Amino acid sequence: MTKKQKKVLIRIILTAVMMVVLMIAYRLLGEEGTDSLGNTIQAKVKEPVWFILYMIPYLTIGYDILKKAFKGILNRQVFDENFLMAIATVGAIAIALVNKSGDYTEAIAVMLFYQTGELFQSYAVGKSRKNISDLMDIRPDSANLETDGDVISVDPDEVSVGSIIVVKPGEKVPIDGVIVSGRSTLNTAALTGESIPREVSEEDEIISGCINMTGVLRIRTTKEFGESTVSKILDLVENSSSKKSRSENFISRFAKYYTPAVCIGALALALIPPLFLLIGGKDPMWGSWVYRALTFLVISCPCALVISIPLSFFAGIGGASRAGILIKGSNYLEAAAKIKTVAMDKTGTMTKGVFEVGSIHKSCIDNDKLLEFAAHAECYSSHPIAKSIQRAYLSGMLWRVDVVTGEAFPVPDEGRKSDDPSRIIDKSRVGSVEEIGGNGVVAEVDGSKIAIGNNKLMDHLGIEFSECHHTGTVVHVAIDGKYSGHIVISDVIKPSAGEAVSRMHRAGVTKTVMLTGDAQNVAEAVASQIGIDEVLSELLPGDKVNAVENLLSEKGKNEVLAFVGDGINDAPVLSRADLGIAMGALGSDAAIEAADIVLMDDDPLKISKVINIARKCMRIVYENIYFAIGIKLLCLVLGAVGIANMWLAIFADVGVMVIAVLNAIRALSVKRL
Amino acid sequence: MKKSYKIEVDCANCANKMEEAAKKTAGVKDAVVNFMALKMNVEFEDGADVDAVMKDVLKNCKKVEDDCEIFF
Repeated sequence: MTKKQKKVLIRIILTAVMMVVLMIAYRLLGEEGTDSLGNTIQAKVKEPVWFILYMIPYLTIGYDILKKAFKGILNRQVFDENFLMAIATVGAIAIALVNKSGDYTEAIAVMLFYQTGELFQSYAVGKSRKNISDLMDIRPDSANLETDGDVISVDPDEVSVGSIIVVKPGEKVPIDGVIVSGRSTLNTAALTGESIPREVSEEDEIISGCINMTGVLRIRTTKEFGESTVSKILDLVENSSSKKSRSENFISRFAKYYTPAVCIGALALALIPPLFLLIGGKDPMWGSWVYRALTFLVISCPCALVISIPLSFFAGIGGASRAGILIKGSNYLEAAAKIKTVAMDKTGTMTKGVFEVGSIHKSCIDNDKLLEFAAHAECYSSHPIAKSIQRAYLSGMLWRVDVVTGEAFPVPDEGRKSDDPSRIIDKSRVGSVEEIGGNGVVAEVDGSKIAIGNNKLMDHLGIEFSECHHTGTVVHVAIDGKYSGHIVISDVIKPSAGEAVSRMHRAGVTKTVMLTGDAQNVAEAVASQIGIDEVLSELLPGDKVNAVENLLSEKGKNEVLAFVGDGINDAPVLSRADLGIAMGALGSDAAIEAADIVLMDDDPLKISKVINIARKCMRIVYENIYFAIGIKLLCLVLGAVGIANMWLAIFADVGVMVIAVLNAIRALSVKRL
Repeated sequence: MKKSYKIEVDCANCANKMEEAAKKTAGVKDAVVNFMALKMNVEFEDGADVDAVMKDVLKNCKKVEDDCEIFF
């Protein structure tokens, strides 16, 4: 509890005690009436004294409200809740004075309950705000800076680029950098939501926010703290609730008109019925109607509504960030609940983007020999395809894709020893290397001339080759001008891709579209394997934007089209779609910049999770809106006809707020979505 | 130019009112109050004197909600 809250609590307790004492005293000393013999009993303590006595607890509990109301009037800000409470309680006291009933307790009680409600609200909101912020707090407190062999603990902000910092086991990595010495296992759970340990050793890049599990690491920082991953993420999450959703704006607008409307209603209720009664020649019952009007005023405080909506969004965004999903604004969370079409990239999104040698065909020499030549010919290249050929040669493994699960697994290639330690790429065996315009390489290996590349290269060299009917990228190999077979390299589908697509459908997505620059047969094979509805293949980067625009024009008005990509080369598409989702963003600033929702790891299952989190959050938001407005309207009606008294009104107001706040907190739990 | 300030305010509706008041202040292009993070992001108009504008912002906020504070 803050100091302010404690002060209010003390005032509440004091007032409650004083009120009880006064009520008992009034019973004993203040009541007039007749005893059993018909004698009039005179009150021992008379009226003005009671009034003054009752004003002590009233002012104790309500002085700040009265002050604020007065200031509000001076600043022409009438119709806020302070004004409402001041009018309601002063009115109640006035009625008591006019009726000579001496019943001032109601005014005090209303003030007391109102303050209790406010206290609870500020406590509950403060508490939940802290809970959520704590959950998201991945900010490191300090960095261990190495200076002249000494290690001192400093503020991460003070560490300059290129410094050496030391991270001990159990500590968070404070700043992005490169490992200078040491090896360890990192836990990225705070960033990605999945605790899959990651092995790191010297020369590896390391991202702030990970927890160092096993060994001591010395890291050379490559960024300042403010530019590091962890700061960027924190910034993003903290600012996310500044981008307000439509429901939040609706509630703010609602609150703006609601309170004045209720005030006018109350005024009408206090004046119109008594006037009619007066004209009709009946008792106008001023007191009763003014009381009902005051009840009306108490109900009209809009805070329950105004607090629970942003709190729900905040909790939803907080919960998502724990699961490794960064949502850049409440408006995006709102949009994600309405996703009906998901367009996605293929490479890197549904597939690993890592190429592996799948098979070797039409080889007129030993498969292993063919790979050996190919790997050596490509030994100077860092192209992903060249890398995959080198990997396949070194490991002796080929990759097979399980048709049912879509899972890729390595299998030993028949006729090759897979665990041959002597298998190395020996660059001294390679002579001259000539690159032929992006189509392939001609290199001299062991004195033989090896040509390795695509159809165009073979045409260029005038070598006859056999077409391949397998899906994937085909690399032909010719030795000394003689065609020797081809290597089929395929991108590996992510193990969870199929499940991800079916979960998306279960989460309400009606259409999934794959956009890819890859060849048609490859794209269609991947799409049919994971259950994608529509494929648009052989697209140039610009075509993807057009394709998304076409999809946008096809969809319904209230439906949202999301594009999922890796955020690196599809930034224009990400921003063109209603909702851009970037995945595998850990360590990629470009992706974090470009997208509206960022998935820290590259698991496609997270796409449906985003939708489910958003839907749960929106459900809670609507529950709160309908519930709070409904109860308020009900109480207003009950108050107008005189069934609800002021006590009930206060209970309704505070109770609604409590339930709405507790409900909002539910949005935080997203584990099982 | 954009700046972010820490604020103190008790209720969400009051935060909305502060936002309105800040937006209407001369020299402020746009303002967003984030009640959850207790922050006010202010975008100033070009060439505005930040300190003077923020004083006005606080004054205007105090008018609509006496019980608020902006730290600048």
